[in-house]
Amino acid sequence: MAKTLAEKVWDAHVVRKGDGEGANAQPDLLYIDLHLVHEVTSPQAFEGLRLAGRKLRRPDLTIATEDHNTPTLDIDKPIADLTSRTQIQTLRNNCEEFGVRLHSLGDAEQGIVHVVGPQLGLTQPGMTVVCGDSHTSTHGAFGALAMGIGTSEVEHVMATQTLSLKPFKTMAINVEGTLRPGVTAKDIILAVIAKIGTGGGQGYVLEYRGSAIRALSMDARMTICNMSIEAGARAGMVAPDETTYAFMSGRPHAPQGAEWDAAVEYWNTLRTDDDAVFDAQVDLDANTLEPFVTWGTNPGQGVSLSAKVPSPEDFGDENAKAAAERALQYMGLAAGTPMKDIRVDTVFLGSCTNSRIEDLRAAADIVRGREKDPKVRMLVVPGSARVRLEAEAEGLDKVFKDFGAEWRFAGCSMCLGMNPDQLEPGERCASTSNRNFEGRQGKGGRTHLVSPVVAAATAVRGTLSSPSDLQPAPESAALTTDAA
Amino acid sequence: MEKFTTHTGIGVPLRQSNVDTDQIIPAVYLKRITRTGFEDALFSAWRKDPSFILNQEPFNAGSVLVAGPDFGTGSSREHAVWALKDYGFRAVLSSRFADIFRGNSGKQGLLAAQVAQDDIELIWKVLENAPGTEVTVDLASKTVTCGNVVAPFEIDDYTRWRLLEGLDDIGLTLQHEEDITAYEATRPSFKPLTLPARTS
Repeated sequence: MAKTLAEKVWDAHVVRKGDGEGANAQPDLLYIDLHLVHEVTSPQAFEGLRLAGRKLRRPDLTIATEDHNTPTLDIDKPIADLTSRTQIQTLRNNCEEFGVRLHSLGDAEQGIVHVVGPQLGLTQPGMTVVCGDSHTSTHGAFGALAMGIGTSEVEHVMATQTLSLKPFKTMAINVEGTLRPGVTAKDIILAVIAKIGTGGGQGYVLEYRGSAIRALSMDARMTICNMSIEAGARAGMVAPDETTYAFMSGRPHAPQGAEWDAAVEYWNTLRTDDDAVFDAQVDLDANTLEPFVTWGTNPGQGVSLSAKVPSPEDFGDENAKAAAERALQYMGLAAGTPMKDIRVDTVFLGSCTNSRIEDLRAAADIVRGREKDPKVRMLVVPGSARVRLEAEAEGLDKVFKDFGAEWRFAGCSMCLGMNPDQLEPGERCASTSNRNFEGRQGKGGRTHLVSPVVAAATAVRGTLSSPSDLQPAPESAALTTDAA
Repeated sequence: MEKFTTHTGIGVPLRQSNVDTDQIIPAVYLKRITRTGFEDALFSAWRKDPSFILNQEPFNAGSVLVAGPDFGTGSSREHAVWALKDYGFRAVLSSRFADIFRGNSGKQGLLAAQVAQDDIELIWKVLENAPGTEVTVDLASKTVTCGNVVAPFEIDDYTRWRLLEGLDDIGLTLQHEEDITAYEATRPSFKPLTLPARTS
């Protein structure tokens, strides 16, 4: 029978088929190839194992890092926040006790868990990947079935290396055409979420397809899959291809020699069959897409950067209307205001959505030779210590520092209000992260989700801007469009 | 896990869609390493507003939350479920739940009952017209009752069975440990191991 990519990966991991049929079907028991662990959602799971006298079944399929709580300044000093410090120390103790590999703050492989897995070559096509973090969907960019899970499931995976899962429905997201200069993967996914809504993907695994997706780099595909959860989907995937293999080749944990050949032979089978049928389909035209930006307090409340802040009256549905009213009030915005007139206080370049080397390169290309708006503060936070080293080897740190941005150490940073990097109440931020929820970046903070190049252009002008709004830089910094 | 069969308690109308888990419990409370004691964290930003529903009697003693669509979106934090339970909620009604939140609820004995939006609207009216009205959620018959409103709700059969029986997931899975071991023997050797560690 013809199968989609998601169904192939699913079927290859069934340890035990659930009994029963249709509505009475029990979930399948699925094997998990890789379990990523961080400090926030694991302490209670480790404690559960301890209380039940259980072992962690496969430490050799488990890896941990520190990211959510960690500061991005003074990382050689003890963490000032005592509860954060305790949580980090608890992870260190637990990893020691249960034999889990851990990359701690200061280690060259430390960083955001979803940047670390791929960069080590641990994320590979056709795998099942889980983590107690909703943005685990990132790893789907490799053709893996990657899902965020809660702490009870974290404990379940630790104890059994499996999860009980009900089969998902499948949705094709077809993106055909060629992106215009200054339009990026981030704009694709923001436009998809605006189109289908924050609940539109609920119950589905999304597969991103089409010529515009095939043309994207791995970093860009990760940006797209990362935000699948923002459309309510359980996972997002892209079929592996030569771009995937080129990214993986030579990574520390990538297969080598004959193992590589065997792996590629298998990976080449991981395509949706031509006659396979998706449960739903969404089409997006890449040719006409513009830079996208959110105006509200959920990631579905977005518009083209050239548009205006919508009015609650624009929404037919009563719930959407009420949500828009509330969002405008929280965001301190008046309907009808051109998005490009909105002035920001802070620009944040980072997070598991947009903190990889290509994101930094794309933003650096915009700010190189230009001056930052003096009233704007800009934080640049590489996704991992390795990305930071790579950027420094290319001189990107100097580009950002010359521009007036702060060059930080790796971590989740200002994506979520859990470490010292937070917005003040009322502070407005153009952020390359994934969530514009109320208070997400700090109590009372106001978030506009943007791409790295829009973030960079915004830091130059002080108002939400696209690269095409900028005057040519004195030293003819060419605008690049191939990344992020 | 404690068994869930039926529950009756004061209904709390939360007329809001897209209640994400950052609202249910802000990240700052996620630094704790315990599984209990999160009642103060529940909706903590919104509870600073005196007009918020949980700051009003008798809703502050509520145990059935009746929310708008797309409840529990965003972060996978199970702390959202712990906070709802620690506050005293036993059931949440919504026309659409985020997948991860729904899964987390099932693991913790919080009933996530999917009720049609039309019925949610009717229940909201009852609760707003007569604050303190109790809502009964009957898992066996999959119905919710509030005043004159009797509505069906959806929940997947497996979660329902586990809740009714109060079954522990890990214990259930470990009954099939032989299957897991057999599967492991068939995994291709090109699949990566995290140990021994290799770095660039």
